[in-house]
Amino acid sequence: MSGATSSQILLWVVLPYVTFAVFVVGTFWRYRYDKFGWTTRSSELYENRLLRLGSPMFHVGLLLVVVGHVVGLVVPKTWTEAAGISETWYHALATYAGSFGALLLVAGLLILIYRRRTTGPVFLATTRMDKTMYVGLTASIALGAWSTVQTQLLEAGGGYDYRESISPWFRSLWYLDPQPVLMTGVPAPFQLHIVAAFLLFALWPFTRLVHAFSAPLPYLFRPYIVYRSRDASVAAREPRPGWDPSERPRDPR
Amino acid sequence: MKVMAQMSMVMNLDKCIGCHTCSVTCKQAWTNRTGVEYVWFNNVETRPGLGYPRTHEDQERWQGGWERTRRGKLKLRAGGKIKKLATIFSNPKLPSIHDYYEPWTYEYDLLLSSPQGKQTPVARPKSLLTGKDMKIEWSANWDDDLAGSTATMQRDPILQHMSEHVAEELEQTFMFYLPRICEHCLNPACVASCPSGAMYKRAEDGIVLVDQDQCRGWRMCVTGCPYKKVYFNHKTGKAEKCTLCYPRIEVGLPTICSETCVGRLRYLGLVLYDADRVTEAASVEDEHDLLAAQRSVFLDPDDPEVVAAARAAGIPEDWITAAQRSPIWALISRYELALPLHPEYRTLPMVWYIPPLSPVVDVIASSGNDGEDARTLFAAIPQLRIPLDYLAGLFTAGDTRPVERVLRRLAAMRSYMRDINLGDPGNEETAAAVGMTGSEVESMFRLLAVAKYEDRYVIPPAHTEIARELEEMSCSLDFDGGPGMGGAGPFGSSSGKPAPVAVENFHVLQARQTADSPNGPSTPGRVNLLNWDGNGRPAGLFPPGSTPTDDDAHERPSTRATPPEES
Repeated sequence: MSGATSSQILLWVVLPYVTFAVFVVGTFWRYRYDKFGWTTRSSELYENRLLRLGSPMFHVGLLLVVVGHVVGLVVPKTWTEAAGISETWYHALATYAGSFGALLLVAGLLILIYRRRTTGPVFLATTRMDKTMYVGLTASIALGAWSTVQTQLLEAGGGYDYRESISPWFRSLWYLDPQPVLMTGVPAPFQLHIVAAFLLFALWPFTRLVHAFSAPLPYLFRPYIVYRSRDASVAAREPRPGWDPSERPRDPR
Repeated sequence: MKVMAQMSMVMNLDKCIGCHTCSVTCKQAWTNRTGVEYVWFNNVETRPGLGYPRTHEDQERWQGGWERTRRGKLKLRAGGKIKKLATIFSNPKLPSIHDYYEPWTYEYDLLLSSPQGKQTPVARPKSLLTGKDMKIEWSANWDDDLAGSTATMQRDPILQHMSEHVAEELEQTFMFYLPRICEHCLNPACVASCPSGAMYKRAEDGIVLVDQDQCRGWRMCVTGCPYKKVYFNHKTGKAEKCTLCYPRIEVGLPTICSETCVGRLRYLGLVLYDADRVTEAASVEDEHDLLAAQRSVFLDPDDPEVVAAARAAGIPEDWITAAQRSPIWALISRYELALPLHPEYRTLPMVWYIPPLSPVVDVIASSGNDGEDARTLFAAIPQLRIPLDYLAGLFTAGDTRPVERVLRRLAAMRSYMRDINLGDPGNEETAAAVGMTGSEVESMFRLLAVAKYEDRYVIPPAHTEIARELEEMSCSLDFDGGPGMGGAGPFGSSSGKPAPVAVENFHVLQARQTADSPNGPSTPGRVNLLNWDGNGRPAGLFPPGSTPTDDDAHERPSTRATPPEES
């Protein structure tokens, strides 16, 4: 961490670790404390015309973007180069696939926000936490899209190579050897996007975003009909021995 | 053979007078909360009519239930698991609130609080979704008693499957009531549709429930259920459905809809069935065979082999005795009177119906003949193919023969018992004409017409020794608000630890009564009388200014446990 200013340490070391702690502990606590509130809080019942369009766009775009982030942040540059993918190719793929995802995501989000604001029942069902979450979500997405457009699409000469700075810094957090100095000189849109994203992740466990952890993949592997027994866990007392006469049903005659 | 017990219901439609008492008591017991204003676990439909939600029987449109693939397998009509997950972001087949109806209240308090003026104050309808003025255009029983049916009836999905000629005459000839609750199917499509695995069929008594802690609000169950008896609570974001009043059933009491039924038309009891043969029965090729297939899944509780297998499967002795005394077994299999609702959905529903004979009798009587003479009746039943076709569309996937058989038995019973009533000996020929003996007809009459309380409801209490904490089970529908009980929790209106079913405390009660703002009464803090359970005198029951006495201020709601009235 030598050579890092205190603001760099605050932004690129303290904030990530605090966010991580809040995210993990908060999620665990929410799951323990509030399983009943753990839901998508769908508003499809009120309105479906816009949702049918906006929600799949938003979610599919989001999945694309998440995959892009994982590849960009977790996979070191040396690995992709070892696999024979040149920087030019990687950059082109990341930029265009990423832009497509971002387009879907932003368009979907705009539709969803418009719907939430203009459909009476949907707006009434929006809690304060939802609104806070929307601010965080919109900020992260907008800043991310802005960084992609400004530094990758508009910039001549191949765009900004975040795999030399942001990605190693991100991985250094996980090695417990944080190197905030790597973030020196990262374009402002990226820096803002990262800070906004951390704030969103800190907010995550306390919003409806937790439904992302409930992606029902086990559904694919379970039998259709689910039976559950009342005595699934602990019996109130030992079952009676077989020779013990049990009571007959209420017979008023 | 894997013997399982199923708590089931039969409704005798001849006796339903359409008073909606079952619906009202059910609503008071289960769905008088914000978020489920539009929900009726029990509703009574006038047929022909659109039903609730509108045209829910049109599976071409709503894609509920199962269908048989060409290879003889069962498949969810709305699509398999992969398709379910692919459409999870926006369920394409979810009825909107307008297919049910937009719930509303009235500005009742304006009637009292508005200043003196020239005009009488009016209570305008206010939407419970938006809080704004609204025009009431539909409800759960808008076409009750065929009201306005000339405009809407032609969209009845059953009618649309019948010929045009029949449809035109129907309106003048008959109507009847069809009370509906969850069918607690043997092969529930809602359970199969649930991506979270939150819906389940209870192994002991077959009641289908939603685990409120596991439900994530993916809404696929609403689509999966062809009867549209799983509802989405738009406040908590979770699915809710008829629970067959399991807290009552577990202590041996009938469901609230049965208990309060004015016509005493509901029967409750156990049926033993072979769980291994359910899928086979649900996937028979010909829809008309589904009735027989389902009947063949039920096991004769008097058969020693079945009793031995039931014991081996761990079914308690008193449950086996109850299954032997079960009115459901008698009505479905011994007398073969009851028919399932829409067997063609292949869910093997377990709320069965005795089709109404009354329209037939009325038509004969109005044509000047003796409506209760056996020969006239027998002759008339098949000719009156209007109701027969319609009833068959409801109960037998369009096959009129089983319906006719049931109606002939009912007609024979009327005729046989009339002779006895008039002091003549019963006519064995009448009984023999429907394949019964006189004494069988008399015991059938006793079950149908005398219908004593203890004959209608044979409900063995649940075995606490094999149960985990019974009333604390995770299906806790019974609360509103959240932590602090005063309204919204920190993560939205539904968050927080659930209050146990059995411990409905003072704060929950108070929160429920006043939880409706801003969509409830236009004066904040006033009790919505629709949600008031009649206990105590909560703050806001009377307009501000009228001071309650000290006694009232300290009065607490008491938990009531009323023993059933023996009738």
